Amino acid sequence: MSQVVLELQIAPAGTPHAVASCFHCGEPCPDRAFVADGRSFCCFGCQTVFSLLRENGLDHFYQLQSAPGTRVRSTAAPAAKWKFLDDPVVQERLYDFADATQARVTLHLPAIHCVACVWLLENLFQLHPGIGKTRVNFTRREAAITFVPAKIKFSELAALLASIGYEPQLTLGETEHVPASPLRQKAWLQIGLAAFGFGNIMLLSLPFYFGLDSLNGPWFRALAGWLNLAMALPVVTFSASDFWRAAWLGLRQRTLTLEVPIAMGLAAIYLSSIFQVATHRGPGYCDSLTGLIFFLLCGRLFQKKTYDRMTFDRDYKGFFPLSVTRKTADGEESVAISRLRTGDRLLLRHGELLPADARLVAGAACVDYSFVTGEAEPVACAPDSHLYAGGRQVGGAIEVETVKPVAQSYLASLWNNEAFRKPRDLDLNSLTNRYSRQFTKLVGGAALGAAAFWLFREPAKSLPAFTSVLIVACPCALALAAPLTHGTVQRLLARRRIFLRNALVVERLAAVDAIVLDKTGTLTTPDERGVQFQGPALSAAERDWISSLARHSTHPNSLRIAPALGAAALPVADFQETPGGGIAGQIAGHRLCLGSPAWVRSRCNPAGSPSWPVPEPAAALSVLVAVNGRVRGGFALENSLRPEVEQLIARLGARYELALLSGDNGRETARFDKLFGGRAVLKFNQSPADKLQFIRDLQQRGRTVMMVGDGLNDAGALQQADVGVAVVEAVGAFSPASDVILDAAELTRLPRVLEFSRSATRIVRAGFLISALYNLIGVSIAAAGLLQPMVCAILMPISSASVVFFACSATTWTARRMDLLGGPLPAAA
Amino acid sequence: MSVVIILILASLAVGLGFVGAFVWCVRSGQYEDTTTPSLRILSDEPPPKTGKSKKTLK
Repeated sequence: MSQVVLELQIAPAGTPHAVASCFHCGEPCPDRAFVADGRSFCCFGCQTVFSLLRENGLDHFYQLQSAPGTRVRSTAAPAAKWKFLDDPVVQERLYDFADATQARVTLHLPAIHCVACVWLLENLFQLHPGIGKTRVNFTRREAAITFVPAKIKFSELAALLASIGYEPQLTLGETEHVPASPLRQKAWLQIGLAAFGFGNIMLLSLPFYFGLDSLNGPWFRALAGWLNLAMALPVVTFSASDFWRAAWLGLRQRTLTLEVPIAMGLAAIYLSSIFQVATHRGPGYCDSLTGLIFFLLCGRLFQKKTYDRMTFDRDYKGFFPLSVTRKTADGEESVAISRLRTGDRLLLRHGELLPADARLVAGAACVDYSFVTGEAEPVACAPDSHLYAGGRQVGGAIEVETVKPVAQSYLASLWNNEAFRKPRDLDLNSLTNRYSRQFTKLVGGAALGAAAFWLFREPAKSLPAFTSVLIVACPCALALAAPLTHGTVQRLLARRRIFLRNALVVERLAAVDAIVLDKTGTLTTPDERGVQFQGPALSAAERDWISSLARHSTHPNSLRIAPALGAAALPVADFQETPGGGIAGQIAGHRLCLGSPAWVRSRCNPAGSPSWPVPEPAAALSVLVAVNGRVRGGFALENSLRPEVEQLIARLGARYELALLSGDNGRETARFDKLFGGRAVLKFNQSPADKLQFIRDLQQRGRTVMMVGDGLNDAGALQQADVGVAVVEAVGAFSPASDVILDAAELTRLPRVLEFSRSATRIVRAGFLISALYNLIGVSIAAAGLLQPMVCAILMPISSASVVFFACSATTWTARRMDLLGGPLPAAA
Repeated sequence: MSVVIILILASLAVGLGFVGAFVWCVRSGQYEDTTTPSLRILSDEPPPKTGKSKKTLK
């Protein structure tokens, strides 16, 4: 430690200092005020957690991984925040199970990120006698906790979790979450049973492949035949049940979906097997039948891959908190949003979200609507003005009175649009289904033709020829080509942190010919590159002072200014933070103030002292800085373009029709007009409903539209578009309902993803061609009445396997060529 | 040749036993989460430090 101090003292100002990192969370420790047991911590919160764990013999946590914790804000939520969890109505919705003595609850803890987290949470019982067994589901970031409510209240449990850095995320949507596990269990059972049937029937059929049944005599053939039929029965009825149902649905809607020829083929194989065994003509085709069903189920499993942590169907409820602070006659109480009534007085603190449309009663409201409207700058609101749900208060606490129920607010009304009622995953016009329509007609024709031909020549061969054609032409390979190719695309892109809702999205991506982009949060981002200093140039030492001071606050503006000025972390003495005003402190003997113009002028700039003349109007400067009682200058905080956006737009513009929609006002029109080179339609001041309508108009002109957006204000447009792409800063964070969830860092790969999906479509077509060739050969042999069981048994698995191999390897090869091959699947998936 | 029948019956019995085990293991939810157990196995029980008294808290 002494070495670090020495370095801090001798290092010249302006160079990065060696900073110790926090033993608990790994973040840099700006000052060395927090030391326990010879280890340094970045803040009081981290130090407290360390001491707590150490006292309870849980310091094994730190051996599993270095700096395994998450930063615990020293302004951790007071226990009162969780009071609403003691409400029986809320408990009833959240508990998995409860009886007189104990209760079990599954909580979403987004902070879970490593092995040590799993271990610590599963040893939670060592921290409190009221806590029993905990089970962590890492992929879902969930912990199922059993506890004794008599010893630890639910609110105390939540507060305990929050105090060690695992704050439960309790949003309104969370309580309505229904796990879909029975369906997944059924899929596993189906595939397991098919594998059992396939393996055992193959074993029993081996003697027939090699002609060994002559050793055992006809009775063995009959025995094996009937056993095979018995084992195939559950596979045909249970494992393949979804194909029967889909085929029946398709027939009832008078469309020839791919399931129709599949079901025809399955029925033909099973019935002719029964016929063969019953009439002692042969051993049947149960081996091929079960193998086929097994392959088909594998293909489906591949396509149906879902990401546990990704939610593609979120609406505003996933964004709203579960509770708010309500003012009552005798103080404040925490109340569940579902019990909020019109006319309630609510108290909103800095960073809290307004859950319903409301009227401002008291306090200086400065509302950040960026997530709802896309408007980048927070809006200052006059008393008595109307505030919209979804806005976030910035600054001090305000008091509001709700004027509408939560479900009827401005924001929620967007979800009443008909765009949200169309089913997304029913795609009768997919490539596979278009092909299968032709295919079914062809095969039906060929089977009837063969039957008719033999009817005149040799009537005994007519029926076998008819069934043989149906059996051989069973479009197993056809059914596998698309799911496997698209499933591989989905899997490979997930490694690049680009998550597709399902494999069908690939096909729609390939068809896109118009792209609509959102501005705020999608093309631009509030980061340190948009920070501009105005005033006499800052010296290196001054930059270090300001950056060190800003590092002490978690206010969004401080978080942007600190990295913009360098990585310095000098000790700060006498630090003060005024909510809604600014921060002040003593650094290297100088008194610094950083905050809103009004606050800095009144607090840190005594009248008469010489200052930098602040230009009027001062509104363009969000933050002023004063050194030793003199205003030194101001910071303008603009949203900067994400890196490489210019190239992105140039590449997209070369091929697609582009448009930019923004909820923001038009002050940056010129900048974006230049960026798009005059090719694109630019629209500003767009409401969420305007965006939706714009997409609908494009679609009516025959365009296939991709919408790229980020906030709730884009939710309608994302839903209406053929492909909705949600850009997120952190995977697993909130994103509106969409088809693709894209990590913001991967935005520049968008053109490549589109190109990749077009290649995938070509691969599917090539797969169709291969399977068509097999069918042509097989069908011509079958139609000629020459089909031997042996040939059939070999031809069918080979055709399926070669299509599987082709689809997977061609897709992977294309991805490698396009440099889209990422590392191993991140834990997020 | 009747020994073949015994073999077939034996192999079927074994196979059905495994199917039964598989069904039980899917039903009991073992396929719900396949990631966490692989992480859990990495963290051994820590050496006892604070004595056995903590055990009673369970």
